[in-house]
Amino acid sequence: MQPDTFFRRRRLQSLLFFVVILSVTYGSIVLTQFDVVRGLLAVPQAFAWAVVNFIPYERAWSRLPNILSKLQETVLVAIASSTIAAVLGLGLALFGANTTRPHPWFSLPARAIASVFRNIDVSVWALILLFSFGQSGFTGFFALFFVTLGFITRVMIETIDEVGVEPIEALRATGASYGAIISQSVIPSCLPQLISWLLYMIETNIRSATLVGILTGTGIGFLFDLYFKNFNYGSASLVVLVTVAAVLLIETVSNAIRRIIL
Amino acid sequence: MSLLELHSVTKRYGAETLALNSITFSVQSGEFVAIIGPSGAGKSTLLRCINRLIDVSEGDILFNGVSVPKLRGKELRHHRTQIGMIFQHYNLVNRLSVLENVLHGRLGYKNTFQGILGLYSQEEKREAVRILETLGLYEQMYKRCDQLSGGQKQRVGIARALVQQPKMLLCDEPIASLDPSSAKVIMDTLREINRTMGITVLVNLHQVDVALHYAERIIGINRGQVIYDGPPHALSNAQIYQIYGSEAGELILDLKERYAA
Repeated sequence: MQPDTFFRRRRLQSLLFFVVILSVTYGSIVLTQFDVVRGLLAVPQAFAWAVVNFIPYERAWSRLPNILSKLQETVLVAIASSTIAAVLGLGLALFGANTTRPHPWFSLPARAIASVFRNIDVSVWALILLFSFGQSGFTGFFALFFVTLGFITRVMIETIDEVGVEPIEALRATGASYGAIISQSVIPSCLPQLISWLLYMIETNIRSATLVGILTGTGIGFLFDLYFKNFNYGSASLVVLVTVAAVLLIETVSNAIRRIIL
Repeated sequence: MSLLELHSVTKRYGAETLALNSITFSVQSGEFVAIIGPSGAGKSTLLRCINRLIDVSEGDILFNGVSVPKLRGKELRHHRTQIGMIFQHYNLVNRLSVLENVLHGRLGYKNTFQGILGLYSQEEKREAVRILETLGLYEQMYKRCDQLSGGQKQRVGIARALVQQPKMLLCDEPIASLDPSSAKVIMDTLREINRTMGITVLVNLHQVDVALHYAERIIGINRGQVIYDGPPHALSNAQIYQIYGSEAGELILDLKERYAA
């Protein structure tokens, strides 16, 4: 094949790809009867409406103490559920990892539990648990806890297997007991990773907790839902701003911690 | 009585693979023995059967008069404390300090509670520091292991084995990942330990020239069987080729100069 032919074919492929994308887009617009011009023109209007309605006004600021106390509740639930899930997840991961499982039979159940907990979404967990715990902080706590447990178990199984069998073998050769091998070799090797994932889950869970709160009627999510449905947009947006500020703060802190430990 | 006796030790993986095929030899206290053979000959499996990191399929191993294959629980742990092991990849906990890694050698003597918490006595810590001093690692004591060079890591591995106060050292390719000068330091250290402390040394080696230079006795293994067992000077070139299962001229060896070193 001549270089000329090669590049001509290349150009033709790009053109074809572009045409396909264009026709799919056009087809979708026609099917959904979406008015592109009106849609685009509405964007500035929407922003203008949002700016007018969502700027926290004076009465909203007077609700700040209440919002902050609810935010505190939400943040604490997120931290508590993540931390407890991390500790138990590490234990479950020790059973699931190839290098540390006490017996090959432990591995599959541990991985299965992790998989089930992780693959059910946090909002689904919240709805399921509403039946058991009603509209209370417990529902939110357990919904976050289950998802975090599944996630932490999964990533720690990988971390433990990545650390490898070598130090474990060396400690077995000295006559160390199983507990000593885990606490003196496996845990020191994995701890920085565990803490890093825990911080990540705390960040994620503060965001999720807001959503879960809407469903379970607790914490900052409930407050947002309440203001929003009462057309009290100024207060609702203050809730959003405060939540974003909290998440950014936690992210900054956890990045600083990560820099130190990793 | 020999320190270590192997009687027809056989190790099977599945139905087909025969890693060790009826291996019999004994080792006297204080010997320096090199085990040579090609990759996959069963050298590593053999060492791991002796401290029961791997279970044997058939045959008996006697260590200090005790039958090893049937040991369980506490007795097995006690057996392992008497044997130090050194690895090709050092097998250290990289995130921990040198001193902590060396003290891991004491874990076999601990009960579960002490082991989990890592409680070491004053005396054990002093002994660990003393061993590090003799191996030239005093300055590195509080450094993390991932900051050390390969040769230093292997010396930490040796220190961890010595702090066990073992009767025997099993060394699995101790110099395979090291540059020639670090390799020499490690082999000299092992010989020194063997001579001054009277600790029996069993070392797996790839390098025939190193084995011939350091060992008092060579055991040649191919396909799980002992091909040669005797002093280095009686090992002929033909036997070396037989151990490595190759034709003359296929090995990277300058056998004319094998005793020059």
